[in-house]
Amino acid sequence: MIAAVGLLLGVLLGIFLQPTVPVWLDPYLPIAVVAALDAVFGALRAFLDGIFDDKVFVVSFVSNVLIAAVIVYLGDKLGVGGQLSTGVIVVLGIRIFSNVAAIRRHIFHA
Amino acid sequence: MPEAEDGRARLLAALRRPGSRGQAVAAVLLAVLGFAAVTQVRSNGRDDSYVGARQGDLVQYINSLSLASQRAENEIARLQGTRDALGNDAQSRRTAVERAREQAATLGILAGTVPAVGPGIRVRITDGGSGVGTNQLLDGLQELRDAGAEAIELNDQVRVVAQTSLQDRSGRGVVVDGTVLEPPYVIDAIGDRHTLATGLQFARGFTDEVEGVGGTVAIKELPQVQVGSVVVPKPPRYAEPAGSR
Repeated sequence: MIAAVGLLLGVLLGIFLQPTVPVWLDPYLPIAVVAALDAVFGALRAFLDGIFDDKVFVVSFVSNVLIAAVIVYLGDKLGVGGQLSTGVIVVLGIRIFSNVAAIRRHIFHA
Repeated sequence: MPEAEDGRARLLAALRRPGSRGQAVAAVLLAVLGFAAVTQVRSNGRDDSYVGARQGDLVQYINSLSLASQRAENEIARLQGTRDALGNDAQSRRTAVERAREQAATLGILAGTVPAVGPGIRVRITDGGSGVGTNQLLDGLQELRDAGAEAIELNDQVRVVAQTSLQDRSGRGVVVDGTVLEPPYVIDAIGDRHTLATGLQFARGFTDEVEGVGGTVAIKELPQVQVGSVVVPKPPRYAEPAGSR
């Protein structure tokens, strides 16, 4: 319950505050959002599996975001930022898909 | 957390209950995620495609832009050259037309195809019987031409040009270019007034000749003489300009 309310609260805050993305954050924010999505879906799956642990969730969330940002940063420094961003997105997308598939099996039994 | 067998039941239970510490943590993180996602979506919607671009991409953008602008500048230079050329063309054509018009006016006055106006003299000749005829008039016209008359007219009816012919008519008067003129004769001549007048008046000249056969000559110097009659030019049948072909 509170989790859903928190999500809604964040979305509403973003809509009403209309913050501008700082320039230094601009290349990292999209990747970070995708990484966080991956963590959230993983957490949901763990919850449905009955093995959810909030500590694990926090750590995985933060580390996902940080690693994604670091990879993009490193890629920019190495001159392969674009390609590396694409690679990260692909990997995270695959993970999200598999997590969502597990969640689907739990909820719909299919 | 009660151990429910089913994941779905566990989820529904979690949604119904206010929640535990784990839910609160998840709420905070989800709030952060929602906030970031909305922010990113908004910034993505804005037209700032160059803000997060990488250096290499930016360099490429700049290169292609400068290439495009260079191409546009070349195009501008080419079009400006064309415009200047066309302008020069029009200018020179206008000048040529102007010059041709001036020349046509000059030649028209000389050939008698256009009316003329200017300072000159008006000579009135009475024949006092029958003495004055082609001989005297021809002499008078010749003197006027010698004195530099630019346009000559007889009796306000006939323009005197290079091809003008004079003929005595049986009885009275003369025939000039097919037109019958009767005395008194009036010669309008445009030119330098004093020169024209003295050209007619010198000793044993035109005036003496006319008076010798019983006529009178009255010369009036006028600041403005109208030569209104014109001749219709006939295209030459035999002669053609030499060297223009």
